[in-house]
Amino acid sequence: MRSTTRNFVDNAARGLADDKLQAALGRLSQGFPVKRLETISRLPEFEQLRDDAIAIKRHTLENLDSYLERYEENAKVSGAHVHWARDGDDAREIILGICRDAGAKTVTKGKSMVSEEIGINEFLADNGVEPIETDLGEYIIQLRDEPPSHIIAPAIHLSGAQVADTFKESHDELDADRDLSEPRTLLEEARAILRKKFLAADVGITGANMLIAETGTSVIVTNEGNGDLTQTLPKTHIVIASIEKVVPTLEDAATILRILARSATGQDITVYTTYSTGPKRADDLDGPENYHVVILDNGRSSLLGGEFEDMLRCIKCAACLNHCPVYKAIGGHAYGWVYSGPMGAVLAPALLGLGETHHLPSASSLCGRCQDVCPMRIPLPRLLRQWRRRWFETGGEDTKTRLGLAAWAFLAKRPALYRPLMAIGTSVLKLCGGGGRRFPILPRPEGGSFVDQWKRGKR
Amino acid sequence: MKAARSEILANVRSALNKKDIEIPSAVDERLRAHAINTVPARVSGADADRIAIFIEEAERASATIERIKAPKELAGAVTAYLKSIDEEQAVRAAGHPLLKECLAEQTILEVTEGPSDGTDTVALTAAFAGIAETGTLVLCAGSESPTTLNFLPDTNIVLLPEVSIVGTYEDAWAALRQTMGSGVMPRTVNWITGPSRSADIEQTLLMGAHGPRRLHIILLADS
Amino acid sequence: MGAMNTALKNPIDVGLFATCLVDLMRPSVGFAAARLLERAGCTLHVPEAQTCCGQPAYNSGDNTDARNLAVNVIAAFEGFDYVVAPSGSCAAMIRHHYPALFEGDATMTARCQSLSNKTHELLSFLTDIMGVTEFEAEFEATATYHDSCSGLREMGIREQPRALMAAVKGLELRESGEAQSCCGFGGLFSVKYPEVSGRIVDAKSDAIEATGAETLLGGDLGCLMNMSGRLRARGSAIKTRHLAEVLAGTAPETPAIGEEGDKD
Repeated sequence: MRSTTRNFVDNAARGLADDKLQAALGRLSQGFPVKRLETISRLPEFEQLRDDAIAIKRHTLENLDSYLERYEENAKVSGAHVHWARDGDDAREIILGICRDAGAKTVTKGKSMVSEEIGINEFLADNGVEPIETDLGEYIIQLRDEPPSHIIAPAIHLSGAQVADTFKESHDELDADRDLSEPRTLLEEARAILRKKFLAADVGITGANMLIAETGTSVIVTNEGNGDLTQTLPKTHIVIASIEKVVPTLEDAATILRILARSATGQDITVYTTYSTGPKRADDLDGPENYHVVILDNGRSSLLGGEFEDMLRCIKCAACLNHCPVYKAIGGHAYGWVYSGPMGAVLAPALLGLGETHHLPSASSLCGRCQDVCPMRIPLPRLLRQWRRRWFETGGEDTKTRLGLAAWAFLAKRPALYRPLMAIGTSVLKLCGGGGRRFPILPRPEGGSFVDQWKRGKR
Repeated sequence: MKAARSEILANVRSALNKKDIEIPSAVDERLRAHAINTVPARVSGADADRIAIFIEEAERASATIERIKAPKELAGAVTAYLKSIDEEQAVRAAGHPLLKECLAEQTILEVTEGPSDGTDTVALTAAFAGIAETGTLVLCAGSESPTTLNFLPDTNIVLLPEVSIVGTYEDAWAALRQTMGSGVMPRTVNWITGPSRSADIEQTLLMGAHGPRRLHIILLADS
Repeated sequence: MGAMNTALKNPIDVGLFATCLVDLMRPSVGFAAARLLERAGCTLHVPEAQTCCGQPAYNSGDNTDARNLAVNVIAAFEGFDYVVAPSGSCAAMIRHHYPALFEGDATMTARCQSLSNKTHELLSFLTDIMGVTEFEAEFEATATYHDSCSGLREMGIREQPRALMAAVKGLELRESGEAQSCCGFGGLFSVKYPEVSGRIVDAKSDAIEATGAETLLGGDLGCLMNMSGRLRARGSAIKTRHLAEVLAGTAPETPAIGEEGDKD
């Protein structure tokens, strides 16, 4: 998917002016964060579980090569084909190759942010394989040819009426006058159409929330069951997972699951948590005959051991989006690519470069709520500042800001110069009555400086 | 592909400042020990009423639950449940020995065995375990438990012996290791907590997104 | 005066870091802070060399300038027993962010660390270090309180101002469900992305107005100026003040933030 992150300011302005989006973002505040508080209030061990989960991730990242190798070894024992992809090109070629070997005409897909990251849908379609998203939200945005606007609720920006219009346009074989005024009727229509697609698909592609080294198992969590139909019905199942998804044991996976859904949707656990280990066995009555896992790096190994390593603990729960004042003001599309919110503002520069993405780390008030709610306690504000520093140090920051900061620092380093100049400045501002309409943030100063008046003996 | 593998692993090792390609013994020790991290005290304590908590949590996840005392009561319970939801008295059942035993003498229900092809409306399966912590069912793929039954039929009825209710996720893994051996997994393990749902349209929560619209759990006291 | 911590040395030399915003925009907060610290028994010092803590530069990735300003602050304040600022974010800058600025410079890191350890935000310093429980203040008004982000999340300030407010005669606190939500200021963020920042402070203003309170109180002038500016632009009659003014009893004689009036 092509990034429009460069145009962040325009994207954000569009988001701010979109009434339907604003209504949806208003609902967001009343949904996930409220449910999150409710579910964690029922689990006294929640903070300890966060610490445990962080320790698991840290240990795994410190031994990432070893755990990846053990994962691969154990997955192969169960009959899995394990592929390694350095980048999106590698991954797309591998997946297309598997689809061709399977003689695939259609491919169903479970929700996978990594698959969005490598733009697999467009690539498969260009090569004659039809990809069909099956997560309801993903299906809707696929019909609309839009990127996800939220990493766990991809169609959160849309109203029911917009979805109804999309369905009427796309499902043109159905009665044009049918009633689609309720979310229930929309869901039923999508369910009926996608049920046929599930049964007809030749290949199913899913992501993975985790890979378990101990057993060579991939894990997905869903609420709809689409991931399971995607991976159970076709003859071939392809899992695509990035390298940092590996965890050591089933017990470690259990710890992470306890904080994942609670932080994401505010559920104790998602409806379906599915552990897949290899293809259909001799006495199995159903399931895929071929099971492939594509392990993707795509720049992540370069974060390891560096100042952005903490980001590799991210479990893509979206708590940081759900609590971010900036995300809730502009919505996910303003970020211009696959990942949005604070996690996107840290990850996108790592994957796309600062030239394209420098607005994202800057467009934050650094309020710190993201770090508070991140189950993995990723220091997102610090990581955002680190990107700002890189941008500033490589000369990227705009001239106005640079000159302003330099002038301020020049004066502030020289109190003897700063004091008289600031006295003039505040007097002028006072005469003007403050910043006025243009800078409402600047009130009319009271007049005089505290330090000067204190020195003169005022108390 | 070989090249990609070695390149990625080399990049990882160089980022970690690792010169040695040997896998440290601490890694294999951790995999062997599969130690338990923090678990919720509510369900792990000796005096925890796991059955009561399982029921409470499964209901919170919108499953419906009833309890029967003996295997021979299953057919009657299923019949009454199907009647209550206006379904025909026909089930697609897993070929599980416990289900066979329960249904051996019944004549009311039309029972066929095997995986689902999407035409069946009601599935009847038997769970490997129930996890009290979140009211979660554990189903393991195999000849006695086809995975399609868990997802294709509109109504999912699952039989769970009360003796198979454990406290925590870790307890469920321990039970599975006891059955299958350490490090061995069924092809698919499904954890199921309530019926399928989606809130993707206007954040309105609706049941029955792609999987079952209803999940009915029948707890069996004596098995 | 409420209970005091008697275990402290005497006298306690406190350097008051007024912060550049208070110094230039609203000296009355500085005088109120000074009054509170002296009433709590501190010996007060106001170094003339103080200017800016360096936050604008630091948050813009300009660590060189941030370092230069930090050197200034360290030199001006390291001689005191405590450094106190009527701002959670400036105190957090010194306490949590200065040490990282001098990585690799052992001497400066040590000086930083020593300063960091004794730097506090005003309200929490009064309660947590000086053991003050009340100031015998009076303020007839309904008020809602804004927890500024840095104070709340980096300095752990939440209960302290509430405890002090609870002891103010006549003050009725009306909590907002969004008390802990960012006001959208974020320093240069509000300058670089005014529309986004504006939407955030609009949402914040909605929540403040919904409490029906007459006064908005807080502990950080940057946030207070931001919210006051937006509230006034919306035509709201809500008055915005730093809590120190209320506690010190200077509020009646001082126009609220952004209000016309001349106390000279």
